[in-house]
Amino acid sequence: MAENKTSLVKELTKGVIKENPTLVMLLGMCPTLAVTTQALNGIGMGLATTFVLLGSNIVISALRKVIPDKVRIPAFIVIIASFVTLIGFLLEGFVPSLYDSLGIYLTLITVNCIIFGRAEMFASKNGVIASAFDAVGMGIGFTLALFLMGSVREIIGSGKWMGITLPVLSDNPMLLFIMPAGGFFTLGVIIAVVNKLTNKKPPREIGCKGCPNAEACGKAGECK
Amino acid sequence: MKTILVIMFSAMLTDNFVLSKFMGICPFLGVSKKLDSASGMGIAVTFVMICATMVTYPIHHGILVPNHLEYFDTVVFILVIALFVQLVENFLKKCVPALYKSLGVYLPLITTNCAVLGVTVLNIDNGYSFGQSVINALGAGLGFMLALVIFSGVRKKLEYADIPETFKGVPATLIAASIVSVSFMGFSGLFN
Repeated sequence: MAENKTSLVKELTKGVIKENPTLVMLLGMCPTLAVTTQALNGIGMGLATTFVLLGSNIVISALRKVIPDKVRIPAFIVIIASFVTLIGFLLEGFVPSLYDSLGIYLTLITVNCIIFGRAEMFASKNGVIASAFDAVGMGIGFTLALFLMGSVREIIGSGKWMGITLPVLSDNPMLLFIMPAGGFFTLGVIIAVVNKLTNKKPPREIGCKGCPNAEACGKAGECK
Repeated sequence: MKTILVIMFSAMLTDNFVLSKFMGICPFLGVSKKLDSASGMGIAVTFVMICATMVTYPIHHGILVPNHLEYFDTVVFILVIALFVQLVENFLKKCVPALYKSLGVYLPLITTNCAVLGVTVLNIDNGYSFGQSVINALGAGLGFMLALVIFSGVRKKLEYADIPETFKGVPATLIAASIVSVSFMGFSGLFN
C-alpha cells in the first residue's frame, strides 16, 4: 500500500517539473503562445485545460477496455470535445470575462496535443485513479508554464502584473512582448533557461523524434 | 469582389494563422525543415481547410442551427474533420496514388492541426456566407503555406549558424520564428 501511495505521488509530481508538458515535452504550443499576453489569462487557460484533461483522462481510462483499438482515436476526440463544450458552458455562465478573452482558443483545447497525448500514452493504459493523478499533475505543470509565460510577457510588455500597474516598468513598456513576435521570443528564452537549469537535453527537435504523440499521428512529421 | 479580396488577403497576411493567431504551431515547427516538405504540408492543409469548410458550413447552418444544437459545433466539427481526412486519405490512396505519395504522409497530422478546426469555427463566428467562408479558408491555407515556406528558408540558414549550446534546437527556432513574425507585422493596417 505504501508503495502504491508513493507511485501516485510520483504520477502527480512528474508532470510539474520532470515531464512538464510545455517546457520539457514541448506539447500544446498553440495556447501557450496565444493566450499568455496576461498572467491571469494564462492561469484561466491552464485551469480550463486541466479540467478537460482530468475529465477526459478519467473517462478514457474507465472505458479503456470497452473502446476497440481501431476506433480509439475518433472515440478519444469525441470524449475530449464533449468536455471542451462543457467547460465552454461553465465559463460562459460563471466567468464571462475569461470566456471572452480566451475566445476561440477555448474551442481549440480539443486539439491540444497534451490532452490527446495523455489519453494515448497514459489513460488508455492505466487505471482510473492513476490517470486522474497524472491529469492533475500535467495540468498543474501546464498552468505553471502558462502563468510564467504570461507573467514575463505582461510585466515587460505592459508594465503590469495580474492587472496591477508596476512602478518604473510601466513608464516605457515594450509593446513587442504582448504582440505575437514577443510570444515566440519569450517561449524560446524560457525553454533555453530550462535547458540550462535542468542540464539535460530535452527533445532538441520538434518533430517525430521528440514527440510522444508520434505513434498516434502515424509519424507524419518524419516524412522525407 | 472587394470584400472577397479583403477577406482572402487579411487571412493570408495581416491575420496570418501561424504568425499572428498561433494556430498550427506544431507543423510549423516540425515540418519546416525542408522546402519540399514545407510546401507539401502547406498544400495538404490548404486542401483540407477548404474541403472541411465546405462540409462543416452546411452542417452548421442546415442541421445544427434549425435544431438549436449550435453548442454541438466543436464535437461535430472535429469528428467531421477526422472522418474527412480519413476519407481523403483512402480516396487518394485508391484513385490518385501519385498525389497520395506526395501528400498522403501529411494527412494524419492534419486532424490534430488546430488551424483546420480554427478556420471552420472562425467562419461560423464571423458570420461569413458560404462563399466568403471558402475564400477565408483558401486565404488561411495559403498564409499557412507562405509562413512554412518562408520559415524553411530561415531554418536552412540557422543550421549553419554558430549559436550558444543552450539555445541550440528549439529555442533558436522559436526566436527565429519571432523575427519572421515581426516581418509579418509590417502588413498590419493594410486593410480596414
